[in-house]
Amino acid sequence: MSARPDLSRRRATGRGERLIEVFLAGCAGVTGLATLGVLVVLLGHSVAFFAEVPLGAFLFGTRWEPMFEDPRFGVLPLVSGSLLVAGGAALVALPTGVLSAIFLSEYAGPRARGVLKPLLEVLAGIPTVVYGYFALTFVTPLLRTLVPGTGVFNAASASLVVGVMIIPTVASLSEDAMRAVPDSLRAASLGLGATRMETAVRVVVPSAVSGIVASFVLGVSRALGETMAVTIAAGSLPNLTLDPFSSVQTMTAYIVQVSLGEAAQGTVVYRSLFAVGTTLFLMTLAMNLLSQWVVARFRPEIR
Amino acid sequence: MTTAYDIAHGEEGPVLETRGLSVFYGEKQAVRDVTFSVPRGTVVALIGPSGCGKSTLLRCFNRMNDLLPDSRVEGEVRFRGTDLYAPSVDPVEVRRRVGMVFQEPNPFPRSIYDNVAFGPRINGFRGDLDALVEASLRRAGLWAEVGDRLGDSALKLSGGQQQRLCIARTLAVEPEVVLMDEPASALDPIASQRVEELVYELKREYTIVIVTHNMQQAARISDYTAFLYLGELIEYGPTDAIFTNPREGSTEAYMTGRFG
Amino acid sequence: MSEHRRRRRRALGGAFAAVCAASTLLGLLALGLLIGDVLLDGASQLDTDFLTRYASRVPEQAGVRAALAGSAWVVGLTALVSFPISVGAAVWLEEYAPDRWTTRALRTNVANLAGVPSIVYGILGLAVFVRALGLGHSVLSGALTLALLVMPILVLTTQEAIRAVPSTLREAAYALGATRWQVVSRQVLPAAAPGILTGTILALSRAVGETAPLILVGAVGFVAFSPSGPLDSFTVLPVQIFGWITRPQPEFRALAAAGIIVLLTLLLLANSAAILLRDRHSARNAR
Repeated sequence: MSARPDLSRRRATGRGERLIEVFLAGCAGVTGLATLGVLVVLLGHSVAFFAEVPLGAFLFGTRWEPMFEDPRFGVLPLVSGSLLVAGGAALVALPTGVLSAIFLSEYAGPRARGVLKPLLEVLAGIPTVVYGYFALTFVTPLLRTLVPGTGVFNAASASLVVGVMIIPTVASLSEDAMRAVPDSLRAASLGLGATRMETAVRVVVPSAVSGIVASFVLGVSRALGETMAVTIAAGSLPNLTLDPFSSVQTMTAYIVQVSLGEAAQGTVVYRSLFAVGTTLFLMTLAMNLLSQWVVARFRPEIR
Repeated sequence: MTTAYDIAHGEEGPVLETRGLSVFYGEKQAVRDVTFSVPRGTVVALIGPSGCGKSTLLRCFNRMNDLLPDSRVEGEVRFRGTDLYAPSVDPVEVRRRVGMVFQEPNPFPRSIYDNVAFGPRINGFRGDLDALVEASLRRAGLWAEVGDRLGDSALKLSGGQQQRLCIARTLAVEPEVVLMDEPASALDPIASQRVEELVYELKREYTIVIVTHNMQQAARISDYTAFLYLGELIEYGPTDAIFTNPREGSTEAYMTGRFG
Repeated sequence: MSEHRRRRRRALGGAFAAVCAASTLLGLLALGLLIGDVLLDGASQLDTDFLTRYASRVPEQAGVRAALAGSAWVVGLTALVSFPISVGAAVWLEEYAPDRWTTRALRTNVANLAGVPSIVYGILGLAVFVRALGLGHSVLSGALTLALLVMPILVLTTQEAIRAVPSTLREAAYALGATRWQVVSRQVLPAAAPGILTGTILALSRAVGETAPLILVGAVGFVAFSPSGPLDSFTVLPVQIFGWITRPQPEFRALAAAGIIVLLTLLLLANSAAILLRDRHSARNAR
């Protein structure tokens, strides 16, 4: 009988393979470290901040006056500023985005779609500082002639451009969801004598609702995190107001303002950067998780 | 009840054998307690209805099942006496000695030459690579058709040529055993016939285990036939005996087309 | 059903279709207005001198040379750092990772990182690279910050490109006795390369346009020299543009518009390259 074959691992190859695998796993580990870094940095500095400013005064204070002799760190004006801008942006982007998605998915032919969709997505690729310029030099002057009394810096102008900015997010994800609706459902509805519109509104949109809602949440989350356009257009007055035609300061704009002013390390103003950053991070994280949950939770209804 | 046919092993013993082999995918058991052996220099056909575990069984012989995340193997698979699932065994070494041809032709998106040379290159072949490529293509009966255009993309070949290229690619590694998973089923009848003839020629040099759906094919090319049903080995023996005088009712029922 | 009602339904359907089409065009209209606005304001400022002059307090003598050089430095280093790590991470997640909770956590984590606002990366960069590691307001701090920012995007697109490689290719290579790394390096990555490169170009063009995180790590609006090493201070094109926007004089507004034209042209070129790459690849596959 011939000798049994030796099937054991060649040592040199095995070691090389193992080394490569460890390197690759390390690369994946870096992505984990990035998250850890975000958490440690934000929370670590926030703890130092809250040692000086009580958490309650931060969360429920209605005045944000960090540079004053007697500084106040009530975050509500910043949060309301962010929500005002993001809410306005949602008013622009949600209907526009969903109607665009219906058009692209239910009405446009493959060729029109092939041209329109990439063009729409160009909107998402334009740097935010450019939107800021557009808001300041085009949208704001227009608003000021239409609505007398509008400030040079105002929330409405920021809302409009941020809204335009997130149209592709809403339109793209909603359209994906609508196109995932099987054609047999459309055929059934049309076969029962429904018009195209009735099919779109009563069959396709309800079947795609989880994807559409997820796109809303993701779009609003983007709007909350948007920085340059709102810094340029909405100004830097931390107002606790619901008036879209006055100047507000968002959380992101405050962070830019402080970093431009070169706050010394170790001061309470420097630390406030992290407290505000944490607030922003938690809000956007919650919305991203919500959108993932919506997609996962309601997926079976599509099928 | 498994009735493994006792095959005369000759002096060298079987090339491949299994003892009490079971394979699980997660909770599902795909192969149940199979014991059989493959003598050197023979063609063994695995037949049975789809989903009966033929391919799963085949993929135990070169440990391709390892690539599926939740597959689990119990029992023994031996290659010339060595347990293929022993902890010291490297599946990569196993696959260098036990080649495999798949149902769909799956050439790499490269030139014809690079397809055949891939195996020798990764295995550190030192020698005349051109000669090895030519010899492999000749053995697969493809040299006459592609010898003058080795630099062309393999994807330009017809389906039948692609499958014979995949066979040449397997032979270039100089395996001892070739596993074939329905190698002709995705081809048109003429291309299918050529592949079948090729298998018949190859059995002079290689031990071959072939999964097939085609009863006539099994009858023509194999020395032994194993019939599997629902993961169990129902009957195993010389092809003549199985086809002319099956001992199990279900084997006969399958072969006469009553199910499957 | 009455004839009247049927006609009303049809009219309603027509109106709805028109509204949907108008919505789609609304976004495109905004795009057109934006580009028109910028061109109108900036085109007159644009000449070769604008590209070769450094920043200046006198608007007529200001240019984007330092900003262009800074952008090239930062994005180049960003690519150098983020590309190998992202591809490595994606390869591990797709080809190596065992199906364990840690793997699933890493996957979810990458998706969540891609949704973190860019300014939060700026805060991270400020605390870690600028302050803790003492790299200061340098090109390197900026590049590492942007590398963290584009990494999740790059990992996700690379994962997608790897998933698109047919599994039959992997099986064929494994069956010939290839090791895992041989399968990955000689079959999977070459097959996924066009997708990975397209994704990389798109991710890096996002880095080219990023402003806020670089302001946090100390890119400043007024720099009169090009960086000559990774530890030099720097500015980048979008930050330079922001600096000009915030000046009250209208001459600087025009400079900002001219800068935006340069920036958008660069992005257009990058995106065209990405589309070209993708189309050439799909043409090759169809052959």
